[in-house]
Amino acid sequence: MLILKKFARDIPALIGLVIVIVALIIAIVGPWIAPYPGDIVASHLLQRLKPPSGAFPFGTDNLGRDLLSRVILGTRGALEVAVTVVAVAMAIGVPLGLIAGYVSGWLSEVIMRITDVFLSLPQLVLALALAQLLTPSLESAMAALALTYWPFFTRLVFAETRRLQASLFVDALRGIGAGSGRILFLHILPNAISPVIVRATIGMGFTILVAAVLGFLGMGATPPAPDWGLTISESRNYLPDAWWYSTFPGLAILATVLGFNLLGDGLRDLVDPRLRRSR
Amino acid sequence: MSDPILEIRGLRLTIRTDEGMAKVLDHIDFALERGRILGIVGESGCGKSTIIRAIIGILPPGAKIEAGVVRFDGEDLLGLSEGELNRRIRGSRIGFIPQDPYLALNPVFKVGTQMLEIMRWHAPDEGGNRSDRLRRHRTRIVELLRRVQLPDPEAALERYPHQFSGGQRQRLVIAAALASSPSLVIADEPTTALDVTTQQQILDLLRDLVEEFGLSMLFVTHDLGVVAQLCDDLCVIYAGQLVESGRTAAILDGPRHPYTRALLACHPDRAVAFTGIPGTVPSPLRAGPGCRFAPRCGDASPVCVVRRPHLTGDHAGRKVDCVLYELPESVG
Amino acid sequence: MGNVPDILELRDLRVLLGGQRRLLRKPVPPVRAVGGVSFSVRQGEILGLVGESGCGKTTLGRAVLGLQRESGGEIRLDGKLVSGLPPKRARVVRNDIHYVHQDAAAALDPWWSIGRTLEEGLRIHGIRSADERRARVDEMLAAVGLDGSARPRYPHEFSGGQLRRVALARILVLKPRFLILDEPTSGLDMSVQATVLNLLLELRRRLGLTYLFISHDLSVVERLCDRVAIMYLGRIVELAPTGEIFASPRHPYTRALLSAVPRLAPGPNRAERLVQGEPPSAARLPEGCVFSSRCAYAQTACSTTEPTLEDVAFGHQVACRRWRELRPDAWAA
Repeated sequence: MLILKKFARDIPALIGLVIVIVALIIAIVGPWIAPYPGDIVASHLLQRLKPPSGAFPFGTDNLGRDLLSRVILGTRGALEVAVTVVAVAMAIGVPLGLIAGYVSGWLSEVIMRITDVFLSLPQLVLALALAQLLTPSLESAMAALALTYWPFFTRLVFAETRRLQASLFVDALRGIGAGSGRILFLHILPNAISPVIVRATIGMGFTILVAAVLGFLGMGATPPAPDWGLTISESRNYLPDAWWYSTFPGLAILATVLGFNLLGDGLRDLVDPRLRRSR
Repeated sequence: MSDPILEIRGLRLTIRTDEGMAKVLDHIDFALERGRILGIVGESGCGKSTIIRAIIGILPPGAKIEAGVVRFDGEDLLGLSEGELNRRIRGSRIGFIPQDPYLALNPVFKVGTQMLEIMRWHAPDEGGNRSDRLRRHRTRIVELLRRVQLPDPEAALERYPHQFSGGQRQRLVIAAALASSPSLVIADEPTTALDVTTQQQILDLLRDLVEEFGLSMLFVTHDLGVVAQLCDDLCVIYAGQLVESGRTAAILDGPRHPYTRALLACHPDRAVAFTGIPGTVPSPLRAGPGCRFAPRCGDASPVCVVRRPHLTGDHAGRKVDCVLYELPESVG
Repeated sequence: MGNVPDILELRDLRVLLGGQRRLLRKPVPPVRAVGGVSFSVRQGEILGLVGESGCGKTTLGRAVLGLQRESGGEIRLDGKLVSGLPPKRARVVRNDIHYVHQDAAAALDPWWSIGRTLEEGLRIHGIRSADERRARVDEMLAAVGLDGSARPRYPHEFSGGQLRRVALARILVLKPRFLILDEPTSGLDMSVQATVLNLLLELRRRLGLTYLFISHDLSVVERLCDRVAIMYLGRIVELAPTGEIFASPRHPYTRALLSAVPRLAPGPNRAERLVQGEPPSAARLPEGCVFSSRCAYAQTACSTTEPTLEDVAFGHQVACRRWRELRPDAWAA
């Protein structure tokens, strides 16, 4: 198919796709490929802070746990957070955007103003506040992230829906008697969803980054979870000597975020031209 | 007869697409004599806009000129660098009137500002200090706007493009094209999007300007009626090939090439019933070596798809690229 | 008038567009897009509606369809009153009327296959059997000159001419009686126009259709339409059988329009330039006759009294105070 051929020529996008697929695989089979899967909870104080070697390719942390295993096991957590946050944000944001874009009048105005309010909430501050109200945990971090992320989807879907409901093919549909429900869900939604998918993909990467920051601040995952951000936070006291302690989790974050961003960019270039290339 | 102001010889052009090499132009050959209006006529996708772009050098990426010469006032434009084209040719000696004036004008600047910019780049330097020059430019612009029959030219300078109607924007763009006193003006379907009464006014205007300023004009269109009204000479293009060229009156009275005849037969002024041309235009990706109209031609012979016709011009400047009208090889 | 019934009748139809009352700001006055239009369309005829951009012909078309609510006047379908309803209701009541958009490609959902698009109308109108839907779709695809292989493909794989046929098929599947065709040949090459026009004639004959043919292309209108209505700034200025309007146009605007069409007769056609300047904005209409500001024959009275459509001859109406003085033999086509 022409689309896949075009995608195949976009090297950065391909790299992104490969990284994401690798991350997914690692997240799924993590416990089976990690050399020391028990190192979530165990501690081997005799091996603490050992540099990278044959037995421990990423070195060990301050409790003697194998960093390679912890990084691998942390992948699942990172992706779980990303997928959950983005899914919840979409579940809230997309329907609101559809409704606001399709109807006109006070309902649309109310929805968009509420969206504006949530847009103005700073992500990290809200996460900290929520962590104070509830106990600091991965769940409170995810809630904070989802609550500050859904408005972006609403805005996007609102703009697309507004544009599409004024388009000629929707007009033609009204002419042949199509009802609002049919138009909204069978026609406008599929057409509006492409930029949303692009946004969501890039959003995954962003969410991983923010979750890592929250973990670093102690507002997310709690020990002994193999969370990347948390690991970096733990490493602070042992730098710069135990350089491997922060470097490898950091690289994992870098690679994953980069992968999602490249993939998202590639998708963006992919989706529109096919539609506009109609002869 | 003086030398032509524009001469295209043997132009061949390909464009690389996702689906392969498209042979967009194949052996384009024509000349525009000074002071005359030459119409380039063809249906959509025939390559007429590509010819224009090849002349001014604004081809899309992936386009490659395989062969040919584009001689403007004796100089081969294809050999010039981008910088030289910008400095000496585009906008100064060759003016361009695009199809959609709204796309040619910057919506965030006032009309006066944009016209002044053009004059500053291209107007001949007549000395004086800055304010003298500005005043001269401004006077000239107002004069031009008046000449293209734009109502209230002084006020027009202070307005933005979206505040004008379609017909008025077309006049603005024509004035912009004339700002640098070009010798050749190229118009790419400038009246296609206009109402018929506005179109008539613009065509009248163009004819008057050509006479008054001694311009030569290349006019691309798909409308045979417009060609009949405005153009002295005519080139008919089909699927990237030139099929017939000569004086407009001669061609309209007695078309020779089967495609020209078929095209004229479709026009409501000549058609008895609704006639079309059976078949479809061949894709430039799969074009053969011979005549591209042959598959749809009622007079085609086996040799048509195999080779191009030999030289077929006569002394009145009439050229027909068809084996039916080939001159014996000894004369050619 | 003959025994052929009128399928559609418009009486003093008016449409005002825009007009917003805004909070704390000056209200935007509405624009009179259609002002008092009256005509009838006989069953089986093709009525051409001709005008330049801004004349209101598209608004009139949408008002007849029902998606644009009228601001006044009556619309009757087969003698029954169908006007004065909101768009949703109007479309139900005027189910025999359908609209074919000018831009066929843009009127199709790019993510839906042709087959699915064509079947959708039937689904909406309750045809549950998938076999019956497919049969009707295939029947109409064949009627417009396409075949079943088009069904799984997508709009971007077709040419402009083919998409026009698809758009037609989609409407025909619903068995309409009255079609409003909006510029069906615009943007098409001359050689392709003929096929579309032939198709339209063929369909009228086979399926007993009636057309309102909206176009700015006078040459096409001359060949296809039985009668022609000329529209300018929301009003009908002349209405007559085709042959008569082209042979002896009575309204100065009709004459200007006809003389502006570029003909194949070689050489510059410097016949009388009967119209100057540009049409005034519909937001600020001139008093009296809408054409008075540009008319070569305008007198002072023209700018004060609005002319009504008067009978010139049988079936030929003109809205001009001075039509008697502008004799047909003064017209050189």
